[in-house]
Amino acid sequence: MAGTTLLLVGVVLVVVVVFTSSYRVSYLVTDNYKSLNSRIHYYGMFGLLCTGLPVLIIYLLWWLLIPFYFEASVVESLINSLEISPDENLSLLVGQIEIIRDTFLSADLSKKSEVLNQNGKINYEVVASLYDSVNQPFDPETRPLLFQVGYDLWLLEKNTNNTFHLVLFIMMAGVASVYIFKVNPRFKARYYVENIVLGILIAAAGIAIITTLGIVVSMLFETFKFFELHDWKDFFFGYTWAPNFHGDSEMSILPLLFGTLYISIFALFVAVPVGLFSAIYLAEYATSYTRSIVKPMLEVLAGIPTIVYGLFALITFGPFLRDFFGNGGAFGVNWMSDARSVATAGTVMGMMLIPFVSSLSDDIINAVPQSLRDGSYGLGATQSETIRLVILPAALPGIVGAILLAASRAIGETMIVVLGAGAIAKFSGNPLEAMTTITTRIVSQLTGDGDFNSPETLVAFALGLSLFLITLVLNVIALYVVRKYREQYD
Amino acid sequence: MKNEIKISAKGVQVFYADKHAIKNVDVEIKDKTVTAFIGPSGCGKSTFLRSLNRMNDTINTCRVEGEILLDGQNIYDPEVDPVQLRAKVGMVFQKPNPFPKSIYDNVAYGPRIHGLSQSKTELDEIVEMALRRGALWEEVKDRLSEPGTGLSGGQQQRLCIARAIATQPEVLLMDEPCSALDPIATAQIEELINDLKENFCVVIVTHSMQQAARVSNKTAFFHLGDLVEYGDTEELFIKPIDPRTESYISGKIG
Repeated sequence: MAGTTLLLVGVVLVVVVVFTSSYRVSYLVTDNYKSLNSRIHYYGMFGLLCTGLPVLIIYLLWWLLIPFYFEASVVESLINSLEISPDENLSLLVGQIEIIRDTFLSADLSKKSEVLNQNGKINYEVVASLYDSVNQPFDPETRPLLFQVGYDLWLLEKNTNNTFHLVLFIMMAGVASVYIFKVNPRFKARYYVENIVLGILIAAAGIAIITTLGIVVSMLFETFKFFELHDWKDFFFGYTWAPNFHGDSEMSILPLLFGTLYISIFALFVAVPVGLFSAIYLAEYATSYTRSIVKPMLEVLAGIPTIVYGLFALITFGPFLRDFFGNGGAFGVNWMSDARSVATAGTVMGMMLIPFVSSLSDDIINAVPQSLRDGSYGLGATQSETIRLVILPAALPGIVGAILLAASRAIGETMIVVLGAGAIAKFSGNPLEAMTTITTRIVSQLTGDGDFNSPETLVAFALGLSLFLITLVLNVIALYVVRKYREQYD
Repeated sequence: MKNEIKISAKGVQVFYADKHAIKNVDVEIKDKTVTAFIGPSGCGKSTFLRSLNRMNDTINTCRVEGEILLDGQNIYDPEVDPVQLRAKVGMVFQKPNPFPKSIYDNVAYGPRIHGLSQSKTELDEIVEMALRRGALWEEVKDRLSEPGTGLSGGQQQRLCIARAIATQPEVLLMDEPCSALDPIATAQIEELINDLKENFCVVIVTHSMQQAARVSNKTAFFHLGDLVEYGDTEELFIKPIDPRTESYISGKIG
């Protein structure tokens, strides 16, 4: 039974269950609905959930797990074939076999039984024509073994899936019929439906957490691989970032971390004053009309993709700075050789963070109760005294939290620094020099022809994990601070 | 000096956007006296109170017409700075609203802003005086550096009164100062109000007629934006002239 058939039959089955179970309950209840535990639609809803939901879950799990089984069977048949020498790259072969399997799938092999000849071997001409029919280039050099295994894999998948779908349908039909024949007015359908819904909500919340864990675990694996190949002392305590492909790379996070923090702090020096002042203006001084215009405009700024900011840094702001500080520039100094620099990336990143700081601070300032403002005005304080002496101190912890959140965004920001910061890893105090960051190095180590077993590529995962941990710590502190502040007024 | 007219309102009208909240109110409020504003919810008594120190200025849609004279000077005159006016006419609110600062800094807030002290010792004296008058000194004198928000509700309200006193106002406006407090704290505040009238002109808005009867010398009854009746508290409660006043104090309306 194919997947689409199962889907159709399943939908029909669910509809049948919903209507028959509700009908049966309303038929069984004789005393004018008094003995009915729940309202009728809950019985139908429970029918929907108990027939549909388990099938959906099993189906999802199946598609997550079964590929591992198929791959294992391919590897096994490759090894059993005795044609493979031990030093061959198995995963490369498996990849080729999977492409063959996919070609067979899209060519709808089931209609062409002549793929195998009488003695059970692959018929090359037919395969070649199959490849032709789906516009897949046929490589006559491919080993016959791969076609054989690919065909076996295709057959195995087809048969397993058909059996699986059949079993699934029988299970579904079984549950449905048991429910339809057992359901009665005393059944606590409402209670169960609400609990199932609760379960769905919890599962949805869990997905976010599981994803985070999954990210950390996958990074951890690759990071461990990296530390097997590269000295951890060099990574954490070295001075130089100089990856090469001769096997003696020096790869230390410190110069990158320095660049990252330098650019982030630069960005915060731009974003925090501007963002905070605009928040104060919006929250305290602006009329509702001004606010209704300015606030959406700030939020539009927040919606601009960071790559666009990066372009702005590269082609507009960087050259603009160089025109002042570069050789032959307006100031007559030669401090800046490249359009890309800490100042370029930092300023533009600061602009990107302005709406972020501003809108968070605006919310926090608005959360300061009006009664405090009234109290201050009632004592004869002016608006600016009230803001300086009452509102900002009250909002300070929240604002600090907002700044920390902005900092963690700045540290993780990629596209602006890729385009605006440069590629030179070094320790330097001059903000007009190019410098590089953790994120740009991750990008450059992973783009191009990377061999995922060399330390020069794997270092990206170690860098990524470090970045993740830094921003995680910052976020945790920020959330803690913000939450502590919230408690004061609730 | 006693019973001199402190505040005199003439033909006061207050509008919130299109809503006519106060209609043509004339009233004369005496110094060193407690004057109570009573009336059902939404009758405009708080609105009128807030127009006495121009707190309504902070609401964009609010508009005040007519004259309110403080010591003969119209407070809505363009010459008058509302900020300075509010230093003279202090206000205590319905819900205690101590700033998230220490007890000391709460009380010292007004004096610091207005530069009422030349030195730290002088400021200490002002704070102590205000807390004593606010009947809170004995309870907090050992923990002046603790946050004002950590006090109990009644203490917080007395702190707010002390904070208002510290600014050395001439008039003290109280907007239902006891509505968020329990009976014991209420009794303490009422006692305090009684002491305050020795030095200040106190105007209090209250929901509770018993409270008005207990603490005030003069009472004004508001109904639907009109000042219905104004007179000595005893007379107003015992033999009200207007039938609306009578129905309200006997519990038939409101």
